[in-house]
Amino acid sequence: MITPERLTDFHKDILKEIGNIGAGHAATALSELVNKSIDMNVPSVKLAPFHEVTELLGGEDTVVAATFLRVTGEAPGNMYFILTIEEAVSYIRQLTGDESIDENRFFDCEMTRSALQETGNILAGSYLSSFSDFTGLKLSPSVPYLTIDMAAAVLSFGLVEMSQVSDYAIIIDTQLKESDGLQNGIDGHFLLLPDPDSFEKIFHSLGVPINE
Amino acid sequence: MNKTIETIQVKISDYQLAKSPQLLKTTGLGSCIGVVVYEPTAKVAGMAHVMLPSSKLTRGTPFNLAKYADTAIPAMVDEMVQTFHINKGNLQAKMAGGAQMFQFTGKSEALRVGPRNTDAVKEVLKTLNIQIVAEDVGGQNGRTIEFNTDNGELMIRTIHKGMTTI
Repeated sequence: MITPERLTDFHKDILKEIGNIGAGHAATALSELVNKSIDMNVPSVKLAPFHEVTELLGGEDTVVAATFLRVTGEAPGNMYFILTIEEAVSYIRQLTGDESIDENRFFDCEMTRSALQETGNILAGSYLSSFSDFTGLKLSPSVPYLTIDMAAAVLSFGLVEMSQVSDYAIIIDTQLKESDGLQNGIDGHFLLLPDPDSFEKIFHSLGVPINE
Repeated sequence: MNKTIETIQVKISDYQLAKSPQLLKTTGLGSCIGVVVYEPTAKVAGMAHVMLPSSKLTRGTPFNLAKYADTAIPAMVDEMVQTFHINKGNLQAKMAGGAQMFQFTGKSEALRVGPRNTDAVKEVLKTLNIQIVAEDVGGQNGRTIEFNTDNGELMIRTIHKGMTTI
């Protein structure tokens, strides 16, 4: 099995390419939703001890709006689309044109939550379908689950599978950004956390040798 | 009396010991559990942030004892007894966490890790004959907790429901 300790630079590059292709498709989907151009940064593959994972998002106490999908199929794993609460508000305002929306609306208004959850679903769905096309692996996402809570509480859940084999997480992180660089813009993270056994299947599907 | 009280941070899969007037804190408990074992008269405590119910789930060796309920709590209690020379019989416990962060409809056991952690912690404490005097477990929300070794109060902060003390 490929554990985080055994991942080579070449393997990391392959995983980056998955992030690149996946998030590229997701950026296009988001761009169509908000009718604006969306950029993405170069994906990074992070090998981090669990307590550092949350620093990707600004710290353990940062409040985030996270859409979570459990991926099943030939390379199971966990997928998140994460916005900070401020970004989520800004995004929903753009999507609906309703400037009166604030943070509290996510807690009292089912429609607002649903709009955000559906966005996560569309974006993660396009990420996963390109991941599946690229590798030829059959993957199917669960229904999306939205939660708004502390970053550490949200993310630790996605680490459960990996925590059974290692104290490190392998995270493929890609960030989307609005091209006009406005303040309060959307700046979302896609995090893909394949299950420990999935790495071998991903590399195998692409003809990448497991041992150097 | 403006002396700053030292706060000891407990990371995920970690435990730490403290004595009065120190505070023990761990942030962002989701499905994980924060377990505090303390001795109210000696005013000493240990806090563990456990991630998984049982070390039997591990597929790697060696593993971090502090990650699993069944190994973290006994190790922490032993270390407390050795460090503070206290009597095991006077120990009490408080616990928080074990939420289900996402409301799954499926039956997958892996996704029910919050409730499983809660059951495992209770089981371990029972085996060690440590009484749970207060708990705030389950639900769907993350928790940040802080234990005051001086008065034995556990403060719990959530995003949705504000602060409570147990």
